[in-house]
Amino acid sequence: MTEFFQQVVSGLASGGVYGSLALALVLIHRATGVINFAQGEMAAFSTYIVWTLTTNHGWSYWPAFAATLVVSFAGGVGIHQVVIRPVERGSQIRVVIVTIGLLLLINGSMTWIWSGEVRSVKSPFPTRTVDIGGVAISLQDIGTIAVSLGTVILLWLFFRFTKVGLAMRASAVNPAEARLVGVRVAWMLGLGWGLAAVLGAIAGMLTAPSVFLDPTMMQAILIYAFAAAVLGGIDSPIGAVVGGLLLGVGLNLIGAYVDFVGADLRLPAALLVILVVLLLKPAGIFGKQHVRKV
Amino acid sequence: MSALLELRDVEARYGPVQALRGISLEVPEGQIVAVLGANGAGKTTTLRAVSGTVRRTGEILFAGRPLRGSPEGVAKAGIAHVPEGRGTFTELSVLENLRLGAYTRRDRDVRGDIERMAEHFPWIQERGDQQAGTLSGGEQQMLALARALMGRPRLLMLDEPSLGLAPMIVREIFRIVRELNEKEGLTVLVVEQDARIALDTAGTAYVLEVGKVAVSGSSASLREDDAVRRSYLGY
Repeated sequence: MTEFFQQVVSGLASGGVYGSLALALVLIHRATGVINFAQGEMAAFSTYIVWTLTTNHGWSYWPAFAATLVVSFAGGVGIHQVVIRPVERGSQIRVVIVTIGLLLLINGSMTWIWSGEVRSVKSPFPTRTVDIGGVAISLQDIGTIAVSLGTVILLWLFFRFTKVGLAMRASAVNPAEARLVGVRVAWMLGLGWGLAAVLGAIAGMLTAPSVFLDPTMMQAILIYAFAAAVLGGIDSPIGAVVGGLLLGVGLNLIGAYVDFVGADLRLPAALLVILVVLLLKPAGIFGKQHVRKV
Repeated sequence: MSALLELRDVEARYGPVQALRGISLEVPEGQIVAVLGANGAGKTTTLRAVSGTVRRTGEILFAGRPLRGSPEGVAKAGIAHVPEGRGTFTELSVLENLRLGAYTRRDRDVRGDIERMAEHFPWIQERGDQQAGTLSGGEQQMLALARALMGRPRLLMLDEPSLGLAPMIVREIFRIVRELNEKEGLTVLVVEQDARIALDTAGTAYVLEVGKVAVSGSSASLREDDAVRRSYLGY
């Protein structure tokens, strides 16, 4: 039983990371109607920034973390303004292709700037474990869960209670109408890209200590995030987070208790989740059919 | 009497189709002006030309100054456009719709205005958290109207508020518009296919035909006009 709880907690930690990245995908999907394939590379790039600041410039972790979020936000807004906005008016497939181009561009520039060498990023949390009711839980896991869920809650408060958050939601669901009430929709979409980049940066920085940092670090995580977003409902922010947590815990438990599923089969299992959800319940757990009375 | 809104020789087209062929009209401050006409006459496009949601040529003056630019800018200048087909955010709640209506305002009295709206539309009070898309058609039209008013506009533009609604609800909506005009001096430009109720509400009206003003004048004189009566009033 003790091992079971340990598996659940560490599953929640990786699930928090999947959920954060899935939420980034959902934000952009709601606003732009496309999946941002470059989301993982953007996150890895952000992680390199925190690595550079802490390793090469001697910053301590949390200031570097905060600075990385600011830079990532600006980068996300910048990417939207420079490469997404010009193609946004056309068909969605153009935007998708641009995000795939971005994936390659960012990946290449990471190798160019930092070389493809594998780096290790230190964790902001102690490596100790604490004993909670007889279950040894790593502080690393607790910290990861706290940061990712804290971010999600902050974001929820922002969307629910602030004027700008409301305007962003309005721009996502009905841009033409939003302009008529005076919302600058193009800015709101840019803001969405900025927030998505911040979420990705958090996911990347939380992932890096437990794996190693290289330009492809987030590619597998992005697949898990896709699975989480599809599972929860691609247009549902809550769904993304719940989907991420379910997937993290589920994969961990399967990995621990189903003999033939080792680490090798985690990724195919995530793809299986995508397939099964799309076949059986395409809207996902929280995706709702749009209610409309005419 | 000065015109709050003035259109001079405004033209607009959708691709090869010319929708407006030189429209000139005036909306005096504090009045209700109706734009009538058959389907495709250019009524909706006239409003869209004002709110900047369609490209146009010609001059549009608002409060004596040339109006130009994006829909956001027009909204900020004080023109609220309630588009055809219930302009609400169906996925957001009633209260969120109202808060969005006040988006361009900098003052803090949004709550007070929501209460004021609840006086006109009492059902808003108990159903603030309901998703707008689940309201009835009439309620959605009223919500669209309330949302437009939340911006405290100088000019309210309504596009076919009667569309698809029961006669009783249409009368109620026009009654509220008239009340706002009489009590608060709200200037209104309304596009309507139901000529009878439009002429009863407006002081002046313009009748459009294939993108041009065919007839205009006071509502009383238009009601006497044989051509208008035959074509739009049906008696």
